[in-house]
Amino acid sequence: MDDQTVLKTTPLHALHLSLGARMVPFAGYDMPVQYPAGVLKEHLHTRSAAGLFDVSHMGQVVIRAKSGAYEDAALALETLVPVDILGLKPGRQRYGFFTDDNGGILDDLMITNRGDHLFVVVNASCKEADLAHMQAHLTGCDVELLDDRALIALQGPRAEGALAALWPDVTSMKFMDVRDASLHDVDCIVSRSGYSGEDGFEISVPADQAEQIAKALLEDLHCQPIGLGARDSLRLEAGLCLYGNDIDTTISPIEAALEWAIQKPRRLGGARAGGFPGADRILGELANGTSRRRIGLKPEGKAPVRAHAKLYADAEGRTELGEVTSGTFGPSVEGPVAMGYVPTRFAEPGCQIFAEVRGKYLPLTVAALPFITPTYKR
Amino acid sequence: MLKFTAEHEWLKLEDGVATVGITSHAAEQLGDLVFVELPEVGAELTKDGNAATVESVKAASDVYCPLDGEVTEVNQAIVDDPSIVNSDPQGKGWFFKLKLKNATDADALMDEAAYQDLIA
Repeated sequence: MDDQTVLKTTPLHALHLSLGARMVPFAGYDMPVQYPAGVLKEHLHTRSAAGLFDVSHMGQVVIRAKSGAYEDAALALETLVPVDILGLKPGRQRYGFFTDDNGGILDDLMITNRGDHLFVVVNASCKEADLAHMQAHLTGCDVELLDDRALIALQGPRAEGALAALWPDVTSMKFMDVRDASLHDVDCIVSRSGYSGEDGFEISVPADQAEQIAKALLEDLHCQPIGLGARDSLRLEAGLCLYGNDIDTTISPIEAALEWAIQKPRRLGGARAGGFPGADRILGELANGTSRRRIGLKPEGKAPVRAHAKLYADAEGRTELGEVTSGTFGPSVEGPVAMGYVPTRFAEPGCQIFAEVRGKYLPLTVAALPFITPTYKR
Repeated sequence: MLKFTAEHEWLKLEDGVATVGITSHAAEQLGDLVFVELPEVGAELTKDGNAATVESVKAASDVYCPLDGEVTEVNQAIVDDPSIVNSDPQGKGWFFKLKLKNATDADALMDEAAYQDLIA
């Protein structure tokens, strides 16, 4: 990023500074990468108690059909996303991705049926492009970016308790439920989901009341603020993709092992098969497989193997297989963890391959994802 | 005699041998270390060349050799438990010992007061 660029701030910016955060530029925003506890302790705290994350930089978008009917908005969005959105029940959320004509991934997103309209959350780095994409193609719909709302993620085994202190009804929610909630008389939209592999919530809150809600949640002794550093190590242990690292326009959803997000009605033989950009390639790959796949990688030694490390079939670096797309030390795994792409014949768990790190070829084992056992409340 | 570099290393000099580590300031900036790679004993290192690698959850960082010399000893304890570097960076968290090619080279490095000014 250009140093001269003026960074945007979120409604929780002043709170981050008061909590002693170390701020970094991220997707055009001045964001907390860590607090005084540090990435390692913040990561472990989220898995053992509760972590509060500011994810207000993400794009919150409402899609409303001009007809006023949910079905029309759902069918419109299905022209851009290979997900069963018509079959999504009110108050339920699904993971999906925008595809392009080549079958690559433009962005990944969360999609909610809000009764008479859709509510979607997209990545910060893609939100302008996503908004333009939707406004250009969803002609029968009004597409509105909610730039007057913050988004607070609350993740970990103590998240429910921390939120219940403000809104007791939370205990009846299940994974991927989305509800309207009044938190201390502030109107919020709460989803039971997240990006850590833990049970938890994302809370959409009016910008001018975001700090008040964040502070109220942090009053819970189990709840600590967590920066983007730990957010990244948590999601990687949970096997979740980071757009721009693990998925992008050069990678298809099937190569990325995201076929679980393409429900039956959108597959060949389904009631609404295809009809999204790149459908021929993506549905073809779903039937016939791909030549490369996203895999988990467990380095055998202690050295982290990071993004862009080259992968090889042999310890001499003769046969290049692909590249690591995300890699770090997993504090909960207590060892290095990574994800990357290899030819499908090397994608079986247990397969040994090698990564080049500082001129050495380190052995790694192909591993099933996720690296931790998620604790989603099904 | 204690000396410092602008790359946030400290050197404790005794009889032409420098014990080298990273400063408290550097350890704090790096955060909790999870991996340390040290040079081989016997390695001939040159000033500003790569001497060691340290990694936090977030990133890998190089530790540069402050002066020309030969590695005579390394601290295996910080390889086994990198958290020692965070808990005692200027004591038990030392990295390696370097027999200096020219003992007088160290004279050009910063003293503690100058280093404190640098990081202030």
